[in-house]
Amino acid sequence: MLLEGEARIPSGCAISGIFSKTGEAIPGDVIVRSIATMHDRSNGLGGGFAGYGIYPQYKDFYALHVFYDDKTAKGTCEAFIEEHFDIINLSKIPTRKVASIVNEPLIWRYFVRPLHTKLEETQLEESEFTSRCVTRINSDITGAYVFSSGKNMGVFKAVGYPEDVGRFYRLEEYAGYCWTAHGRYPTNTPGWWGGAHPFATLDVSVVHNGEISSYDANRRFIEMYGYKCNLLTDTEVITYIIDFLVRKQGLSLTETADVIAAPFWSDIEAMEPEERERMTYLRNMFSSLLITGPFSILIGFDGGMMALNDRLKLRSMVVGEKGDRVYMASEECAIRIVEPELDAVWSPKGGEAVIVTLDGGAA
Amino acid sequence: MPIDFLYPEYEVVRNADRCIACRVCERQCANEVHFYDPENKRMMSDESKCVNCHRCVSLCPTRALKIVKTDHTFKENASWSGTNIAEIYRQAGSGGVLLSSMGNPKQYPIYWDHILINASQVTNPSIDPLREPMETKVFLGAKPSKIQRDDAGRLVNNLPPGLELQVPVMFSAMSYGSISYNAHESLARAATALGTFYNTGEGGLHEDFYQYGPHTIVQVASGRFGVHKAYLEAGAAIEIKMGQGAKPGIGGHLPGAKIVGDISKTRMIPEGSDAISPAPHHDIYSIEDLRQLVFSLKEATEYKKPVIVKIAAVHNVAAIASGIARSGADIIAIDGFRGGTGAAPTRIRDNVGIPIELALASVDERLRQEGIRNHVSLVIGGSIRNSADIVKAIALGADAVYIATSALLALGCHLCRNCHSGKCNWGIATQRPELVRRLNPDVGCQRLINLVTAWNHEIKEMMGGMGINSIEALRGNRLMLRGVGLNEKELEILGIKHAGE
Repeated sequence: MLLEGEARIPSGCAISGIFSKTGEAIPGDVIVRSIATMHDRSNGLGGGFAGYGIYPQYKDFYALHVFYDDKTAKGTCEAFIEEHFDIINLSKIPTRKVASIVNEPLIWRYFVRPLHTKLEETQLEESEFTSRCVTRINSDITGAYVFSSGKNMGVFKAVGYPEDVGRFYRLEEYAGYCWTAHGRYPTNTPGWWGGAHPFATLDVSVVHNGEISSYDANRRFIEMYGYKCNLLTDTEVITYIIDFLVRKQGLSLTETADVIAAPFWSDIEAMEPEERERMTYLRNMFSSLLITGPFSILIGFDGGMMALNDRLKLRSMVVGEKGDRVYMASEECAIRIVEPELDAVWSPKGGEAVIVTLDGGAA
Repeated sequence: MPIDFLYPEYEVVRNADRCIACRVCERQCANEVHFYDPENKRMMSDESKCVNCHRCVSLCPTRALKIVKTDHTFKENASWSGTNIAEIYRQAGSGGVLLSSMGNPKQYPIYWDHILINASQVTNPSIDPLREPMETKVFLGAKPSKIQRDDAGRLVNNLPPGLELQVPVMFSAMSYGSISYNAHESLARAATALGTFYNTGEGGLHEDFYQYGPHTIVQVASGRFGVHKAYLEAGAAIEIKMGQGAKPGIGGHLPGAKIVGDISKTRMIPEGSDAISPAPHHDIYSIEDLRQLVFSLKEATEYKKPVIVKIAAVHNVAAIASGIARSGADIIAIDGFRGGTGAAPTRIRDNVGIPIELALASVDERLRQEGIRNHVSLVIGGSIRNSADIVKAIALGADAVYIATSALLALGCHLCRNCHSGKCNWGIATQRPELVRRLNPDVGCQRLINLVTAWNHEIKEMMGGMGINSIEALRGNRLMLRGVGLNEKELEILGIKHAGE
């Protein structure tokens, strides 16, 4: 059987996200209850979570979450990490036995800081250095896979239903200002845990529901800029596109949404001259990063969360608000289960980005 | 010499019961095949002159005519076919180089016909182009590697000049001289109406057609015929022609007989003199020289127009394209070995160059490996026969395609491959006024618009089936393609999987 990354596997999905604009710490079991409501939108072949603000005591260090197939891979990878980073803390990620979660890899966590000498040698920014190191581990060290690499955030994922994955990782013991969750309905067995979502690079994590038809056009373009799409999943390529546009090109998130879910030319032509020129520029400049086909995505990043649908809105997505909390989910039921009384609830239009950020800026 | 006698390839079959001896066929045939025999009061034909262009067949009011391939034959021989034998007799008799027209007709693999297109089922929806927007607009040109902002933080439009196409199809280079005034007028008007571009070829731009400049690509080729400042400024883009798919490595030759009247004026050479384009550009002996010409043309036009560099698909095409992408060109046009021509040495047309499908796949992949695919746009041509070929070309990595043979067919060409005779009965590849008159530019223009519009509908249907609603999401999307009946190496070069994988 081909593992995820050796074959392209279409998936349907459920996604959910919760955000506190005042930065209140939301316990992990809240997001687990939300995603569990959409049980039928997943099929037990993948579930996962991303939490932001969960490592306040280590917030200045990159938190690397790593899957290992065996001790040899762990040894090789740790040698690599030690060669490139100061390791502040390392431990197994705490888990509990759950009957439906089997074939678990070794799961380790490292809080690290790039070595000064290495940074100077490579003349890279800290973030680019870390991102390249992660790419190298994932492409070159067989049996080792870094699935989370941001600061003060972490991804937790496995093959299983999302509610089981949440119990497995003891998420009730974490709390953060933002959570996203994913329940997966792949058409094939992904074969290994790396295929589950969220997919993350540095502090940007993506959960996604859909099957994008532009996949190979996007992949072949983004791979020109140092990214390697090892998993062959939509979520992976979308994450890299966002990283490229935001971190490397310096676009805002709204501009990024205007690129990947661009308005139709007919709509652009009807815009005011200045806006028309700006939109035309973005579509022309980054034409290979337009994403077509159905998708609804939740993007978690340092201090914020963004929801975005494809421009035809071929996947469901609902937003709800209550006080300082913002909820975004595939179905309204996933919001109502954790907050029955909402101040507002609506469905964003196709291509319309909904962005929430912490009142005081980034965490 | 009796050895030189060749039995005509085609026979004119006339149904005597239907023929009313109206003599239309006689008047229509510039090759003088048909004649009236007053003694017997019947039409006769000299089929040795017939080129099988179907002009007489199409205009016969009683459908009395048809052309059939003769069953007269040499003794069958797999190695020594009738064509091989006949060509030896012709050359032994004349001592000359064999000439042919239009694209390579030999039985080489046609990769388009071994590639299949995907469609959505269940896991994602197909999109109905009759109900939802389906976009085929394409921008051609270089893209800067970084965005720019002004002091207020607003995005600055730092894109260099490019071309905006409403459909991913342009009309490829055909010179005024090789084709007629009316053919050029049809192409120019159709390109304007369609929101795309036609290409002057190396024949200059007739003063009547300057009005279509915003939809014109002006070509600069090795003979530099018709090139002057106003000409360069008239077009929307400038194309440097380094090579042509039908005859890579050699130049061109428009016989003096065709250099008459306006053609002589437009080409800026004396009437009756042969227009000989050298094989290389004599100011380009290497890649660094190309860069100088690219920037000379940009200087001359104040950096207001994109420059296209057109090359023939040859063995080392990927490396050559990579070099061109670093030479200031905004667009690379690649012409495959099945591309048409008004005249080429037969041996070169039939044996030099490589299939465009393989050239395109390897160029697109090489530019991506080098990280410079975004520095240029890729336009390919040379055997685009229908809308499915276009979808496959774009999915392999092209930004747009050039068509020429298809466009001529739309104008009435019957692919008799006798352009070099100058006696085109359809008024296309001729300069004889009485023949040129047969092509009505109003009709020709409308037929070109019809063809491209029909193809665009079909492209949208295929895109919608794949769940793609904008053409840029199809570009280079090779997962949407599968090969059938191809070997591992071919699949590897095309960068696609086999059907069933």
